[in-house]
Amino acid sequence: MSVEIQVRVNGQPHQSHVEPRTLLVHYLREVLGLTGTHVGCETSLCGACTVLLDGRAVKSCTVLAVQADGASVTTIEGVSGLNGSNGGLHPVQEGFWEKHGLQCGFCTPGMICASVELLGKNPNPSEAEIRHALHGNLCRCTGYQKIIESVRYAAAKMKTRKR
Amino acid sequence: MATATKYIGKPLKRKEDPRLIHGLAHYVDDLVLAGMLHAGFVRSPHAHALIKFVDTSKAQSAPGVVAVLTAEDVRGQIGAVPCAAVLPDMKAAPRPVLATGRVRFVGEAVAVVIASDRYALRDALDLVDVDYESLTPVVDPEKAISKGAPVLHEPSPDNVAYRWELEGGDIKKAFKQADKVIRQRILNQRLVPVAMEPRGVLAEYKPGEKTLTVWSSTQIPHLLKTQLAAMLGAPEHSVRVITPEVGGGFGSKLNVYPEEAVIAHLAMRLGRPVKWVETRRENFLCTIHGRDQIGDVEAAVTKDGVLLGVKWRIVADLGAYYQLLTPLIPTLTGLMLAGCYKVPAIRIEIIGALTNKMSTDAYRGAGRPEATYYIERLMDLIAAELKKDPAEIRRKNFPQPKDFPYATPTGVTYDSANYQKSLDLALQKSGYAKLRKEQAKLRKQGRYLGIGLSTYVEICAMGPSSAMPAGGWESATVRVEPTGKVTILTGASPHGQGQETSFAQMGAEILGLTPDDVHVVHGDTAAVPYGIGTFGSRGTAVGGTAAYKSLIKLRDKLAQIAGHLMGEDPQKLVFGDGRIWSKSAGNKSIGLIEAIGAAYVAKTLPPGMEPGLDATTFFEPSNFTFPFGAHVCVVEIDAETGDVRLLKYVAVDDCGNVLNPLLVEGQVHGGIVQAVGQAMFEEAVYDEHGQLITGELMDYALPRAGALPWMETHRTVTPSPVNPLGVKGVGEAGTIGATPAIINAVVDALAPFGVRHVDMPAKRERIWKLMHEAPPRRAPRAPAKAAARRQAGRRAK
Repeated sequence: MSVEIQVRVNGQPHQSHVEPRTLLVHYLREVLGLTGTHVGCETSLCGACTVLLDGRAVKSCTVLAVQADGASVTTIEGVSGLNGSNGGLHPVQEGFWEKHGLQCGFCTPGMICASVELLGKNPNPSEAEIRHALHGNLCRCTGYQKIIESVRYAAAKMKTRKR
Repeated sequence: MATATKYIGKPLKRKEDPRLIHGLAHYVDDLVLAGMLHAGFVRSPHAHALIKFVDTSKAQSAPGVVAVLTAEDVRGQIGAVPCAAVLPDMKAAPRPVLATGRVRFVGEAVAVVIASDRYALRDALDLVDVDYESLTPVVDPEKAISKGAPVLHEPSPDNVAYRWELEGGDIKKAFKQADKVIRQRILNQRLVPVAMEPRGVLAEYKPGEKTLTVWSSTQIPHLLKTQLAAMLGAPEHSVRVITPEVGGGFGSKLNVYPEEAVIAHLAMRLGRPVKWVETRRENFLCTIHGRDQIGDVEAAVTKDGVLLGVKWRIVADLGAYYQLLTPLIPTLTGLMLAGCYKVPAIRIEIIGALTNKMSTDAYRGAGRPEATYYIERLMDLIAAELKKDPAEIRRKNFPQPKDFPYATPTGVTYDSANYQKSLDLALQKSGYAKLRKEQAKLRKQGRYLGIGLSTYVEICAMGPSSAMPAGGWESATVRVEPTGKVTILTGASPHGQGQETSFAQMGAEILGLTPDDVHVVHGDTAAVPYGIGTFGSRGTAVGGTAAYKSLIKLRDKLAQIAGHLMGEDPQKLVFGDGRIWSKSAGNKSIGLIEAIGAAYVAKTLPPGMEPGLDATTFFEPSNFTFPFGAHVCVVEIDAETGDVRLLKYVAVDDCGNVLNPLLVEGQVHGGIVQAVGQAMFEEAVYDEHGQLITGELMDYALPRAGALPWMETHRTVTPSPVNPLGVKGVGEAGTIGATPAIINAVVDALAPFGVRHVDMPAKRERIWKLMHEAPPRRAPRAPAKAAARRQAGRRAK
């Protein structure tokens, strides 16, 4: 049995037939070939699979593809197209690069998506607010400190862009 | 190394990052091949059982299933899991790739199912029916080696895998002369490495070319290639291992796993590409664990706190089987038990115990965090017993800078150090004296601040081949391409460390180019010369040195060519800005590209010189390196809940010279936070039936962003004489130095309660009990006071 869904992913409309039990992360990775979103635990505890679903950060390993029917999804591959980044680097991506916010890179797409959501809601987060917002995203390499610096860098950058 | 540098030592941002931040990098699970099948393993739910019968028929006929295989089906076709460690009197504990007749830990693979897609596979795994007859498991390592325990492997009837003993100095005399003898049992709990990317393997066999290609998330592509060839009986030159992007290892991918051999075998057997990607649950159950030791110490000291001698007895839980280095890891603990102190006499006994659990093996630090934790706890126990400041006790026992190279009674020689300097800096940067005053003030108010110190030394840059099970050298080929671009092919296998950047910095520096001109290739056995891999903080110290030496060889050759073309003495030429300059004749120079062109066109070379620009080095270090440092941690403990809050962390690390300080900082941060994990949260708990009850991220607590203080990092620089770069390595420093600093802080906070030791992890429940079960005459009344205050507060509302 398969179900038809219509999902806009990174600005592109997609019409697909999926098994109802297909997870959003598998739809993105295996049907659309967007492998930048990673599967780290299949239980929504690590955050590696975080994507933006209608602007909200969700863990795509515990969202069914059918739940995304009619929605708009942004994955790491599409982050640079947000906020008038014009396909260059989104300020959050720039922050992660400038501040060494990643090592092995496996958690990074999820971290970036979660950070994009945070800065959308709170353009000037404190250290504690950043730590809180990233509580659902595990990183085993960086110890989080440089991720926090990355998000702060992005916040400052986004402020100057708005001016 | 040049003193004034353009790129070496500079905090350049990473060349690796653009592909990673755009989601364009490829880890094993991201690779798709035409006709690819998915494999999954049926795993034992029992810790110890006989396999009576495996019924695969239902699974065989399920939709999408291509094959189901058990040990019977691969008998004689895949060798046992290899172990590279050789110790005297070590008993055999061989692990078949699929359990044969008996399972010895929960998670051991019993059958493999291959299906056309991931979902069909998942359904079919549940249809394999295995009939077990359960046996009594043995979970506690001390019980395992006691009389009458169930036996895991017949060659080892007492479950003792080996005994490793070492004695240096006159231990009897030391204890005779002692004013005090201090004893303590110190536990190092079992940990799960939890690399964010689980393991994964993809294999493809091309019958026409007779070539097997295996993509694996591993730290050791070449060693894996050799071992796979041996396990599969395949000619090694037909096997190629590729490590695409690897999402963290921490030692857990420094191994050869059954799944790697089974998946490779399946690709050959079925004639189609086969992929297996570990679930997180599998990652907990059947990727190696770390630590798991019970240490008993007896120390002989003078009344002033001078160490005279130390006796250690360690029982190391090895788990059910040997993985690649399982038996070796506890012996690394043994080598480092003198710490950064003068220990005139030492006696060490290490017993490797076999239990019905997953194997332990190298996890970040691999044996050294255990050693450092033991000795750093001991130093604080001595200080507490003698009522002296822990910093003073440490200082009293340090060897002096002039004593280096310093030979320890455990038989290793520390290369270079200045322990006083790093301790002084850590005390100064943390405001230690002020912190002690603050602590005294707060105690009077019923608030419990704890200040913890650790001064550590680690054994790194593994290492000289004489001391390694499978070679301790590293290789690098450097090729200057005809267009002037440079390729560095390294035998190291970085997986997050950033050596695509730091090696490029080195290449740019030496050849007078920019880092963008230098590309680093790693992790493909068909492309790079045979190498050992990345582990034991060796990537830069050994692998980087091999690259450095190859770069120097090519620079020298280019200087010879340029000298010949310019009519100058090659010794008097320098490289910079893409040109080769004469130091003697004003501004005379030629483009680097001209010398490169001459090497390839080969018409104007100096007589007798070979064409081409390609140099390979196999660098063999003369010794390990011994990075060191001093860490200070400040905690506050909530008297009502037992909650430990990390308030401050100051780390001073000395990893010798540094290629890129940004990368070093990242390594230190990550290491410290993994140590926070061991000290505060993480614990792999097997129940009495051998079930891993912390087998998921829900139950196994990893440090999250909210649980941490802002870490302050500083460095002292004591170059290593072991390699020309003067680097020591930094990958494990944080994990080694931080655990004792944190627990020492916790114990220090609890001193008013008469607490002298706390086992890890410092969970609320454990701390609360220690505070509330303290002997009444010694327990301060503060918690009661605090409770009264809280009551009063409530009433006021």
